[in-house]
Amino acid sequence: MQGMKEASLEEKLVEKFGKDKVEKFKKSIEDYREIPGSLIAVMNDAQEIFGYLPIEVQLFISQEMKVPLTEIFGISTFYSRFTLKPSGKYKINLCMGTACYVRGAAMLLEKIKEKLGIEVGETTEDGKFSLEPTRCLGACALAPVMMINGEVFGRLTPNDVDEILKKFE
Amino acid sequence: MLYRSHVMVCGGTGCTSSGSDEVAERFIEEIKKAGLDKEILVVRTGCFGLCELGPVVVVYPEGVFYSRVKPEYVPEIVEEHLLKGRPVRKYIYGESLEEKAIKPLEETPFFRKQRRIALRNCGVINPEDIREAIAFDGYKALAKVLTEMTPEQVIEEVKKSGLRGRGGGGFPTGVKWEFAYKQKETPKYVVCNADEGDPGAFMDRSILEGDPHSVLEAMAIAGYAIGANHGYIYVRAEYPLAVKRLKIAIQQAREYGLLGKDIFGTGFDFDIEIRLGAGAFVCGEETALLNSIMGKRGEPRPRPPFPAVKGVWGKPTIINNVETFANIPPIILNGGEWFASIGTEKSKGTKVFALTGKVNNTGLIEVPMGTTLREIIYEIGGGIPGGKKFKAVQIGGPSGGCIPAELLDTPIDYDSLTSAGAMMGSGGLVVMDEDTCMVNVAKFFLEFTVDESCGKCAPCRIGTKRMLELLDKITSGKGEEGDIEKLEELAKTIKATALCGLGQTAPNPVLSTLRYFRHEYEAHIKEKRCPAGVCTALLSFVIDPEKCKACGICAKNCPVGAIFGKPKTPYVIDQEKCIKCGTCIDKCPFGAIYKK
Repeated sequence: MQGMKEASLEEKLVEKFGKDKVEKFKKSIEDYREIPGSLIAVMNDAQEIFGYLPIEVQLFISQEMKVPLTEIFGISTFYSRFTLKPSGKYKINLCMGTACYVRGAAMLLEKIKEKLGIEVGETTEDGKFSLEPTRCLGACALAPVMMINGEVFGRLTPNDVDEILKKFE
Repeated sequence: MLYRSHVMVCGGTGCTSSGSDEVAERFIEEIKKAGLDKEILVVRTGCFGLCELGPVVVVYPEGVFYSRVKPEYVPEIVEEHLLKGRPVRKYIYGESLEEKAIKPLEETPFFRKQRRIALRNCGVINPEDIREAIAFDGYKALAKVLTEMTPEQVIEEVKKSGLRGRGGGGFPTGVKWEFAYKQKETPKYVVCNADEGDPGAFMDRSILEGDPHSVLEAMAIAGYAIGANHGYIYVRAEYPLAVKRLKIAIQQAREYGLLGKDIFGTGFDFDIEIRLGAGAFVCGEETALLNSIMGKRGEPRPRPPFPAVKGVWGKPTIINNVETFANIPPIILNGGEWFASIGTEKSKGTKVFALTGKVNNTGLIEVPMGTTLREIIYEIGGGIPGGKKFKAVQIGGPSGGCIPAELLDTPIDYDSLTSAGAMMGSGGLVVMDEDTCMVNVAKFFLEFTVDESCGKCAPCRIGTKRMLELLDKITSGKGEEGDIEKLEELAKTIKATALCGLGQTAPNPVLSTLRYFRHEYEAHIKEKRCPAGVCTALLSFVIDPEKCKACGICAKNCPVGAIFGKPKTPYVIDQEKCIKCGTCIDKCPFGAIYKK
């Protein structure tokens, strides 16, 4: 019975995310299985591979790592890096650190919200952009900064927003 | 191979963000084209400190400092400087230019007052090549410790140095080590806290990116001192470059036999594992960090028992911050007395700060303890941009406080900062000018704490939320008499009753702004006015019809299309649409727009 159940969960994941991603994640689990306390590392990998942690992924981790689902859900919601919903194609990480705040990040946020018509933590209807402010990118000297899919834009004013977003359209 | 010249291109996060990768590639390409690739080496280093002027390039042996280098400048620098020996003055950092000469980097105002101990190799070596670290005395202190010193002697030396924890609390490092050394239970663990969560601070990140081996070496030394064979580095996943360089460094150290079994043939084993944080500020608190290392929610627990008694897996553990560790090898090599000769009576050595905000030279600095805030902001930092007036400097992040202009001559040390209502914290220094509203700053930090409170204890979970609601009320113009007193009462209760350091220090930003800028709170409450012109609910932007020439520049530049008008009639701002960004004020050529 156990074997059948396992296969079906894995099959669901393959259907949703494709075989490559699931295989990659299974390898990551193998790397960590024997290391005590490595649950967060596994979840970090899952977040990176799948882009978010839907319930199927959490169940799969629970089953493979032999940790109750409640604990996994608790961790998923505790740490800000883990998300339960998928992000847009382009993730806008606007830095909300102190240095950026002092140099006007709040105005940038208003401008982006207005431009995309979404609130913090939301994704545009076409699934293109999601707005996820972040604590500190550590590029304080270039404040205010934002990062879109890893690319950093610094010394921004609200007027730069249109042009930058255009690049990704 | 011996090179006649080295081109050091900063590969820190600041410079990488401003495009230093392309600059480095261009240098490699152009140097090859000029046939100089056997004579000149391009090195990607860690942070030089002057991030404001990035991408930064330094050419040795002369020490010529090029700032804000664009890829298109590179052919000229290669042709003129590297080939013909004539530095290109127009791209050189202005402060180092003299009429007929170029000053070495160390003599410019930004560097003159600094003393680099923890940052000694940042910007000097290629952090991805262990041989460069070794050439700069890397692992020499570990060799000394393992071959010439007993654990007791190591602890004695660290105690003698007077080194105190650089992560915030300022607990004497040697005493912490001794405590763990005396524990009978085994195995023991060494943990490096690299969960730098303070927004506006990037000291630890710069050390990990610029000189990861100094931290690995120090952890091994600590392991020898307390009797541990295993170390964990707990680092934020948000620091991908630091994680990558740490992984490379650990791998190389293992290959060279500097980590792993039987180090230097002395029979001492020590290895290090990286644990990634997943974004929770509270994990900087040591008991929360321990839980996170063990793969649990990062919730703190009451102390005692201290981690030195019950830490990772319930075993004796020392937890030190990155910068604390980076100071250890020089202390071992030069002696505790040498370190203790730097700094003030109770705060020894140097401190690294991330200098940011409204200051000309933003970046990473390291100064002897006892340096005054004025020296840091006006001499090293080059003062406030745009001729604005200095208002306050925020130290210590969400747990710290704001220090006003009257106290600019406060020396930087643990005790002076605490008595000024701030704290050393991990070393974020955010400069604020007259355009910053102090009530809004307090609100900014409270928003942060409310968001990051883990929710385990009521004073922090509920108390900070209530404080934030009061601040919201005040900044949106609904403040009433008595609100300030309520804030004070809540602050005192939270400080006295919260479970961990995060909660106990959360009210500090409010208390310190109340202490020095009470008049700003009162102006918001009694006069419904924001003196700095920040709190948007309390101000509006208007165009003076007398002064407006109907040129339309404001309307063209308004990012939200809130300004309307026709030729020859004064323009008007739609108050509903206006986001109060201030662009129109900056753009109006006639000074016709103002806040009221």
